[in-house]
Amino acid sequence: MKVTVNTLLSMDGFSPVAIADGEAQIEGVYIGDLLSWVMGRANAGDAWITIMSNINILAVATLSDVACIILAEGVQLEEEVKTAAQQKGINVISSDMSAYHIAAALSKAL
Amino acid sequence: MSEQVIFTFDVDGDDFTSAGQASSQVKRNLRQLGIAPDIIKRVSIAMYEGEINMVIHAGGGTANVAVTEEYIEIVLSDQGPGIKDITQAMQEGFSTAPDDVRSLGFGAGMGLPNMKRYTDYMDIQSQVDVGTTITMRVNLPS
Ligand SMILES: Nc1ncnc2c1ncn2[C@@H]1O[C@H](COP(=O)(O)OP(=O)(O)OP(=O)(O)O)[C@@H](O)[C@H]1O
Ligand SMILES: [Mg+2]
Repeated sequence: MKVTVNTLLSMDGFSPVAIADGEAQIEGVYIGDLLSWVMGRANAGDAWITIMSNINILAVATLSDVACIILAEGVQLEEEVKTAAQQKGINVISSDMSAYHIAAALSKAL
Repeated sequence: MSEQVIFTFDVDGDDFTSAGQASSQVKRNLRQLGIAPDIIKRVSIAMYEGEINMVIHAGGGTANVAVTEEYIEIVLSDQGPGIKDITQAMQEGFSTAPDDVRSLGFGAGMGLPNMKRYTDYMDIQSQVDVGTTITMRVNLPS
């Protein structure tokens, strides 16, 4: 089944933070907080699950061609980072769930 | 000689929240040139890693990107402290990044290894107290 950012938003426990392209397709998952690991390992089209919230995650998401950033554990973005995400057209979703539970939910859907 | 398109950027040493501007700009430019997405990803990540390194470890520098028919070349130059032991610096996990930078997710010691992995050619010239110049190339399919 085709899973998009909008599909994820329709599931329980996920809410939009900044959505530029809800039709972006999610093809896999990468979990990590160390930015160079993410840039070295995340595939294009992955949903990237992280607890990092500083502005550098936006550059990492753009350069890695991920489908969206999923902020785990209820992590919030500061207003200026949220605005930058909107300007750069990056999909950001938040969830109160742990990275494990988010990945498990995605694993069922994908 | 084949035709070249060249981009030059100054990388600000103070402000690394804005680091990534040069690589994001290069990404847009390469897209306009019709370069394949996987090649753009390799070039822009290699460049971003180098850009961030110049900000964190060297107080800024300059980035030059040249596009020829055969390859895309990135040259990053700084006048920072230099790298004492390049073999050690190239090892996965080696990092001298300070704690404040680590708390932002940098300092895994994976930047230089990523640059190596994503490019077809990489050369590091560095002298302690003088600076560092890194040249990387990603080949274009003929
Ligand atoms: N331009 C530079 N000038 C001086 N030292 C550098 C430079 N680039 C890298 N180094 C040194 O090489 C080490 C390894 O660099 P590398 O990019 O692999 O890791 P890092 O920057 O510490 O962490 P990461 O890239 O994973 O966030 C650095 O910690 C630093 O000591
Ligand atoms: Mg680095």
